[in-house]
Amino acid sequence: MTEGAELFPGPDRDEAERILGRYPPEHRQSAVLPLLDLAQRRHGGWLPAAVVDAVGDYLGMPSMRVRELVTFYSMFHDRPVGRYLVQVCRTTPCWLRGSDEVLAAARQELGIAPGETTPDGDFTLIEVECLGACADAPVVQINDDFHERLDGGQIRAWIHAHRGPKEG
Amino acid sequence: MPKLSIDGTEVEVADRTTVLRACEQAGVEIPRFCFHERLSIAGNCRMCLVEQVGVPKPVASCAMPVTEGMQILTQSERVQAAREGVMEFLLVNHPLDCPICDQGGECDLQDQALYYGRVRSRFREAKRAVSDKDFGPLVKTVMTRCIHCTRCVRFMDEVAGVPELGTMGRGEDMEIVAALEGCLHSELAGNVVDLCPVGALTSKPYAFAARPWELSHTESVDVLDGTGSAIRIDARDGRVLRVLPRVNEDVNEEWIGDRSRHAVDGLAVRRLDQPWLRRNGAFEPVTWDVALATVATALQDAAPERTAALGGDLVGLEGMAALADLMRARGVASVDCRQDGGAFGSGEPASWRFNATIAGIDQADAILLVGTNPRREAPVINARIRKRWRATGIPIARIGPATDLTYPVTELGDGPDALAELARGAHPFVPVLGQARHPLIIVGSGALAREDGAVILGLARQVAEAADAAGTDWNGFSVLQRCAARAGGLELGVVPAEGGLDSRGMVAAANGGGLDFLYLLGADEIDPDAFRDTFTVYQGHHADRGARHADVLLPAAAYTEQEATYVNTEGRPQRARPAHPPPGDARPDWKIPVALAARMGTPLPYDSLAGLQRRIEAAHPHLAGVGQLPPPAPLTSFGDAAGELNGAPFAEVVPDYYRTCPISRASATMAACARAVADA
Repeated sequence: MTEGAELFPGPDRDEAERILGRYPPEHRQSAVLPLLDLAQRRHGGWLPAAVVDAVGDYLGMPSMRVRELVTFYSMFHDRPVGRYLVQVCRTTPCWLRGSDEVLAAARQELGIAPGETTPDGDFTLIEVECLGACADAPVVQINDDFHERLDGGQIRAWIHAHRGPKEG
Repeated sequence: MPKLSIDGTEVEVADRTTVLRACEQAGVEIPRFCFHERLSIAGNCRMCLVEQVGVPKPVASCAMPVTEGMQILTQSERVQAAREGVMEFLLVNHPLDCPICDQGGECDLQDQALYYGRVRSRFREAKRAVSDKDFGPLVKTVMTRCIHCTRCVRFMDEVAGVPELGTMGRGEDMEIVAALEGCLHSELAGNVVDLCPVGALTSKPYAFAARPWELSHTESVDVLDGTGSAIRIDARDGRVLRVLPRVNEDVNEEWIGDRSRHAVDGLAVRRLDQPWLRRNGAFEPVTWDVALATVATALQDAAPERTAALGGDLVGLEGMAALADLMRARGVASVDCRQDGGAFGSGEPASWRFNATIAGIDQADAILLVGTNPRREAPVINARIRKRWRATGIPIARIGPATDLTYPVTELGDGPDALAELARGAHPFVPVLGQARHPLIIVGSGALAREDGAVILGLARQVAEAADAAGTDWNGFSVLQRCAARAGGLELGVVPAEGGLDSRGMVAAANGGGLDFLYLLGADEIDPDAFRDTFTVYQGHHADRGARHADVLLPAAAYTEQEATYVNTEGRPQRARPAHPPPGDARPDWKIPVALAARMGTPLPYDSLAGLQRRIEAAHPHLAGVGQLPPPAPLTSFGDAAGELNGAPFAEVVPDYYRTCPISRASATMAACARAVADA
């Protein structure tokens, strides 16, 4: 079993232990999703194979079982993503309210197609199905935040404001 | 005991039965792909849908527990329509390449499509295609055919205990993948081919070899380890094309090891198919007449005390008995069936049998492994131990080299010293065994096949006695025989008589020039160089190690070519049956010693297989009960607990699972497996 210290250094160790504390000790595996989330946040927004295996070791799970989860849930990424993960909702309510325009603007501003990452590694653009915020369509999720009632100009402005070397 | 009605018939079933099982008990067959009796319930294929009166949607019967008063319909129009819908979805992405699929003719999907498939497809879109994966030398993949039942994943996870298969992605993107391309690190991997309900996983060595309806089926018993698994031999044109497991709940459930299944290509190569005689250092083909005359003369010329015979690991009772009778008639004391020199007592059946029985493992509540690696020596028995551990998490401890057995094991030490400590009663594992209702002590040849084997046998018996392991309804002292012939030879008493040499003694005597004549009956696991200067007769089906310095080679049938009785590690006699005649001039094992005796003018008292079997059964009545367990044998005071131990650690007796006998050493498939494991 991998020591938690390697996988979750410093204060993350406490956070990992706190998450584990929510589950009975004989069911450590129950903590796998929140721990994968924690690990993903600490590894640049994606889960390298070695980190996935380390989470399995930490919880006493076969690494195959953890890899299955990572590929099953769309919020886990097994390939690198940009500093900003731009997820454009394209399900019917957003589509009716103009998600096509939002996506086209993002594509043009970023110069990449959905599924791609900008060469500087700052932005990854993907299309997703319903984000569950239809009342405020069209919706774009960028990292943990929802950006609602968008139009092409607003997404352009946001991207423009977050470009460049400065930390976001 | 809830009562329910199935298609209008009242049935009463045990608590916690599923609807599917209840239907089976009522004699109603439910189609299924993902459900399997020996795996956990997945409920993902939806083929087993039935109608429950009063419930708006069809229910998946495999996962639905029965409740009192339930009314189930399995033949209604709704059920038919629901299953047709499921089938249509399954076939959306299935390639329908049955004419070039090895599963064709024995495919669950094909069979069930007959009842639930539409005549025409309504699907006009592009079918998905999935790249094939490399699951090693035994399992061929055509992943586009996969219907995602996950039986293979669950088998590897639950039964084999090697969680190397998994599902990646979801929905239409889901694929079955292996953790490492090129190899599944399990001795039971071949079973996933049987489990696959479609042609996604098929047997790689058998690829495009035959159609199932062209094969003859022979129900037989496996002899490539000591388990005695039930098998079916499929042959065509005098050649074994594949071996499949049969169900035997008491022995192998429905699994077999990969060697048992896939070593059979070795039966077609390097065979002895005519007698050979060494003249001036080189072998020349001769007739049976010349070969028998040569052997008879040499045997008559040799003094009985300078004559010896050794039985090999794959020989059935009949061959062993005929050889022993031939030797005894000449007053030869040096006969042995223990090539590895194992100290399995002399005459006490409890000292060589798996007394607890294989099915008894399901009751064990503490297990001590002494000098055995069941994963390599008997993978099916190891899976049974794992099954028991999964069910109740029993404590398992081991004395011997530390290897992964697929369940957690407490390491007590690597050699006899740890066993001696246990026998003294000072060890913390002693109370664990003592408190168990059904303690199980499994002793392997790593502990017994050594100079101090008798001492270890005695100590292991003491440990068992101290743990009260041998009562009236349970005898937990169990010896794991790793080869098929040993238990049978011991039952027959093919051990040296007073003053005779055992296998170790034969090697020593031959090295010292003390042997004039040696008869090797399929004995290939000893050092043949010791017999360089002894007149050696080798009878067997492959000219393997034992033939290296032999002077006469006598061709014999393999286990798929003759009727023979094998006693498994439990002491259970079972019969192997011929799938086709032996090649060329090869003869069944028992006939050759009989012919030799006749040639010498001292015929044996039988000249037919039935006569020989009658004689064996008269002398050993329990061997007549083919398929039956012998009567329980008490723990007597066998072994030599007071003797001197040497401190050497227990050896790993099966360093290479895939190559342990002449057949598996001749098998290209087994060589490929060994390479794949070494490379990975």
